[in-house]
Amino acid sequence: MDFIAHLINGISLGSIYAIIALGYTMVYGIAKMLNFAHGDVIMIGSYVVFITVSTMGFPTIIGVVIAMVICTILGMTIEKVAYSPLRNATPLAVLITAIGVSYLLQNIALLVFGANPKSFQSVVPFPPLVLADGQLVITGVSIVAIIAGVIIMIALTLFVNKTKAGCAMKAVSEDRGAAQLMGINVNGTISLTFAIGSALAAIAGVLLCSAYPTLTPYTGSMPGIKAFTAAVFGGIGSIPGAMIGGLLLGIIEILGKAYISSQLADAIVFAVLIVVLLVKPTGIMGKKISEKV
Amino acid sequence: MRRKIVSLLMATLVAVTAIAGCGNSGGSASSAASGAAGGDTIKIGSIGPVTGAAALYGEAVKNGAQLAVDEINAAGGINGVKIEFKFEDDEHDPEKSVNAYNTLKDWGMQILMGTVTTNPCVAVTEKTAADKMFQLTPSASSQDVIAKDNVFQVCFTDPNQGIASAKYIGEHKLGTKVAVLYNSSDVYSKGIYEKFMEESKNQTTYTVVAEEAFTDESKTDFSAQLNKFKSAGADLVFCPFYYEVAAVVLKQADSMKYAPTFFGVDGMDGILGVENFDKKLAENVVLLTPFVADAKDEKTQKFVEAYKKAYNATPIQFAADAYDAIYIIKAAMEKGGVKSTMKTEEICNLMKDAITQISFDGLTGTAMKWTKDGAVNKEPKAMVIKNGAYTAMD
Repeated sequence: MDFIAHLINGISLGSIYAIIALGYTMVYGIAKMLNFAHGDVIMIGSYVVFITVSTMGFPTIIGVVIAMVICTILGMTIEKVAYSPLRNATPLAVLITAIGVSYLLQNIALLVFGANPKSFQSVVPFPPLVLADGQLVITGVSIVAIIAGVIIMIALTLFVNKTKAGCAMKAVSEDRGAAQLMGINVNGTISLTFAIGSALAAIAGVLLCSAYPTLTPYTGSMPGIKAFTAAVFGGIGSIPGAMIGGLLLGIIEILGKAYISSQLADAIVFAVLIVVLLVKPTGIMGKKISEKV
Repeated sequence: MRRKIVSLLMATLVAVTAIAGCGNSGGSASSAASGAAGGDTIKIGSIGPVTGAAALYGEAVKNGAQLAVDEINAAGGINGVKIEFKFEDDEHDPEKSVNAYNTLKDWGMQILMGTVTTNPCVAVTEKTAADKMFQLTPSASSQDVIAKDNVFQVCFTDPNQGIASAKYIGEHKLGTKVAVLYNSSDVYSKGIYEKFMEESKNQTTYTVVAEEAFTDESKTDFSAQLNKFKSAGADLVFCPFYYEVAAVVLKQADSMKYAPTFFGVDGMDGILGVENFDKKLAENVVLLTPFVADAKDEKTQKFVEAYKKAYNATPIQFAADAYDAIYIIKAAMEKGGVKSTMKTEEICNLMKDAITQISFDGLTGTAMKWTKDGAVNKEPKAMVIKNGAYTAMD
């Protein structure tokens, strides 16, 4: 029974990592850059939900929609202002810019919202599921996180494979130059990717803060790094990979804490990552890219 | 070859100028300090987090100290001179804390009342020990803080908190199966945890059934730890960590329908001040702390009233610690006959002796006494949260 409880906690934590990792992996897959500011977009999204729902008293769903809209605008603005002028610069320059944007967002939040932690009231209205005479309790947030993760993954896969815009994304990710020659609007496609990634960040933020209810300007950074790890774990650039990577990371983390040592949990997670990358350098679902000579 | 000689010459020149420069700046600094000291005020500096995760503590210390300074100045100052008080922010970061210390030293600080939190304080004590400056921390509670002989504490040392907690739980039979959750990446938390475990062996009314850790990198998810406590049947969870994390732990325990008694130490103080926190979650949480705002003695009531009037908030333990700290400095200065015109080192030597000779009655304890090692001797008090407010436990 304990094992099942731990497993469910792991899946629930993993689903949140997975949703964040989807944002990382999409942006990497298409724009070929690591958007380290993703975790901080999550934080901004959480603050928006906190203000609209907890302070202004809007219904949850409207709060989440507003957060998604604001995060989408924020993501596209960041892309336009900070990343797009560097489209042809070295990857290192873009990476450093992303880290800069991350600090910028954290410090703006620090200025605007202050440093005091805010307690985030869960916006998921479902009661917890109690099984086996209270020995097994599955929280409403866990259920929503798992379902949301699966729905988002399926929706994204369908979007990328079945729609015109999605196919454009795939084309841009495979060969940017050729895609442009075929008449695909590369800048528009990358913008769209950032928009989707940032909207996902808003959803991730809501779930993250509903499950772990303390909101500070640094809330997004650690889950952001873990989710980035999850994306690499699953094979960065791959949508199902991000999902699997996130879930595995969450499960390993919780089971490691439960059965090996709660002190070593993070060490175990990253040790597993190293082993996976040694065996399969592109991650679990990563495509093997052979260099053409 | 010639080029080499030239560069060697240049290097020597640079080095000499640098040394001369150092000598110069050192000279001007000391003259600035004595110049400042030559005035008719005693300059007390303080450092703590007024932004960042532990902002609540720094804010409380700043306010509490300011209140004491204003009172003392209104009553004529210490040994006839007024206090000048300056507070710098360190965001609970050791590096920023040392920077803040340097800023205060440039300002001409003669005594340091700080710093507020443990990790930065340990860093700053290195500097004050080297500069021979008297330091009294209101709330940094690790034993590492008082490793240097110029540093004294107003609050309990961590080990004492751990021992006192174990004894308190045992004597008052608050639980029979105790679980411990601690932050293994924080000296404060780990220090209390270790002493608590040691003392628990001597307690007969309870057994420790589980002990789990977390780190600063993994302080969001406690489901695994809480699940283990639950299946071990723990009816009391000892929580030696800060309120910010405690808010998350309480919430998660509640969502998994696990309701033991949560027993915190002074870091738990402040939990009711977290914005938008559901106070029902903290109902029946017990904490060991030397100060209760609703205590009935005249001294506390007078302080709480003045604090509320000045800052429109109820003071927490840290405010009381800081308020006491300023008065302790006053008492020690009067005992040792310290004058504002003395050099920092001279003040430090006099204060070090004087503080061990006084017996101080303050908000956070009566007959508080200090030993040469810097630790304070006083009785702990416990309080429990009832109906969303701290209530004294008897």
